[in-house]
Amino acid sequence: MAKISLQNVSKRYADGTLVVKDFNLDIADGEFVVLVGPSGCGKSTLLNMLAGLEPVTDGTIAIDEDVVNDVPARQRNIAMVFQSYALYPHMSVRENMAFPLELAGLSAAEIRERVERVADMLELTPHLDRRPAGLSGGQRQRVAMGRAIVRRPRAFLMDEPLSNLDARLRVQMRRQIASIQRRIGTTTIYVTHDQTEAMTLGDRVVVMRRGVVQQVGPPQSLYDAPANLFVAGFMGSPSMNFLPGRAPGEPRDVMLGIRPEHLRSAGDSEARAGSRDEHDLDVVVDAVESLGSDTYAYFPMPGADRPFIARLDPSSPVRQGDTVRLRYAARHVHVFDRATGARLRHAVPPKLQEHNSRDDQRATEQRAE
Amino acid sequence: MASGTGRRRIGWGLVDLLVVGYALVPALWILSLSLKSNETMTDGRFLPHDPTLQHYAAILGDGAFLRPLFNSIGIALISTFFAVVIGGFAAYAIARLEFVGRRTLVGAALLIAMFPQIALVSPLFKIEIALGLFDTWPGLILPYVTFALPLAIYILTAFFREIPRGLEKAAYMDGATPMQAFRHVIAPLAMPGIVTTAILVFIFCWNDFLFAISLTSTTASRTVPAALAFFTGSSQFENPTGSIAAAAVIITIPIVIFVLLFQRRIVAGITSGAVKG
Repeated sequence: MAKISLQNVSKRYADGTLVVKDFNLDIADGEFVVLVGPSGCGKSTLLNMLAGLEPVTDGTIAIDEDVVNDVPARQRNIAMVFQSYALYPHMSVRENMAFPLELAGLSAAEIRERVERVADMLELTPHLDRRPAGLSGGQRQRVAMGRAIVRRPRAFLMDEPLSNLDARLRVQMRRQIASIQRRIGTTTIYVTHDQTEAMTLGDRVVVMRRGVVQQVGPPQSLYDAPANLFVAGFMGSPSMNFLPGRAPGEPRDVMLGIRPEHLRSAGDSEARAGSRDEHDLDVVVDAVESLGSDTYAYFPMPGADRPFIARLDPSSPVRQGDTVRLRYAARHVHVFDRATGARLRHAVPPKLQEHNSRDDQRATEQRAE
Repeated sequence: MASGTGRRRIGWGLVDLLVVGYALVPALWILSLSLKSNETMTDGRFLPHDPTLQHYAAILGDGAFLRPLFNSIGIALISTFFAVVIGGFAAYAIARLEFVGRRTLVGAALLIAMFPQIALVSPLFKIEIALGLFDTWPGLILPYVTFALPLAIYILTAFFREIPRGLEKAAYMDGATPMQAFRHVIAPLAMPGIVTTAILVFIFCWNDFLFAISLTSTTASRTVPAALAFFTGSSQFENPTGSIAAAAVIITIPIVIFVLLFQRRIVAGITSGAVKG
């Protein structure tokens, strides 16, 4: 178990592309950190540099105070779980898990004991003598986990370990990974492009884009207060609704954002939202998706590039073509600088429809004063 | 429908039979000749009238055949070993490493394979005389390895490329040195390719006549194909057709055994299950 420190780490390929730019992160002992971002954002490259599979162009990587930039992968005592699992096809499950221990020169008895204990933990005992080809996807994934766990490494690196599983298994394994990590307390760095995995797994989440860190923080804080437009759009599913506009007292062009679940149906209650903080929005529903647990209503929003989505209660009887009154709270409206994308923390959130109605605009101006 | 597929099967069976027959007639002819006695050799029958093993007995009791047979086996095995080992390392580097001159190396290998061997016989003869390699085992092993390497590199590169890179990364992460990763992970998975290469190289060395006849002068290193050319009958006035036929049959046997022994290991799909699939 170890703490890991990355200081000003950069990676430039031979052709000149900068895939990771000035990455800084201190990972505490036992922490579960998730690197998330779209493909090509540099997260896997970063993981490979941590593993020692790719050289670092600039900066330092330290494990427990020791700079490991020039230490080969085999001497870093870090285990990695690959997206493809990378199981050795000519070896049985037992041999696969024993391989790192044999290389480490452990005694046969010790290897046997360790492999069997981990196999028991991962429910692989009945499959120990089978080859990977005879296993299901979920079982292969568990063998890959087991091969990492038996070594008792200083840290686990996981490169999209669940992306080859079907949806149900993915959820199940996600829980299992979280519980194993808690139980053995090994520092873990987990790479994924799936924001759900990032939200559910990490103590801290690092959002990356084009090699640059966008935001670091606990999942909920990223969700509640995204640092910029990219994080706002990336975290959360369905993703945040965006509308270009202006904010009172803000000279810059801004982008307003609101999450689908913050647009609630106003129902048949009183005609207009009463409180200062709440506003109504009358929209014509374009399309409806019913997921059982939720109903997504799509509607066009004047000025927005893409249709808005409202996440409604499944009991709401919304149908395509209906005019619906939606209600939202002003405190749920995020304001970003349209030019830089950065969150404008102290901007006063305006109403979404201000530019459509003169009344609303007057109201906003009053409020701004 | 059923009769349609039946007719098709008969049709294909006939075609298969034709091809196999066409390929096997010369081999069967040799077999037939080797079993005929000298008196019936020219009787014009395809099947020996009175089969005899006298030619086999004659050549197997004769150093003029046994010593070359020993040379053939030894030289072919040693050449195959070196070609596969050197070719394996070279192919692994070509398949996995980005190094300066990689394309040049592959091109040079191809060039060697295309070179007409007859053009090299005289210089090789001169060189080997000067180096004292003429009429020795190394004198044949060296050119055999050289000419077999391009083939070995080509086949093995293709096989190594098939092996997912993730497996080496996994081995490194598991604490393996590059050599350990090669020995424990890559080489076992490339085994079908290695066996295929070994068979082809062995056959090439085993069948070679040109180098064998020009770079040897005595039975110290002469291989069977060359030795056959020096066969005489039991007496100087006797035609050695029967002995040559018997020797030809005998030197075919190791090849057949070699292929039968290893064809089971040439199984595709051994890498399935390495990665998702």
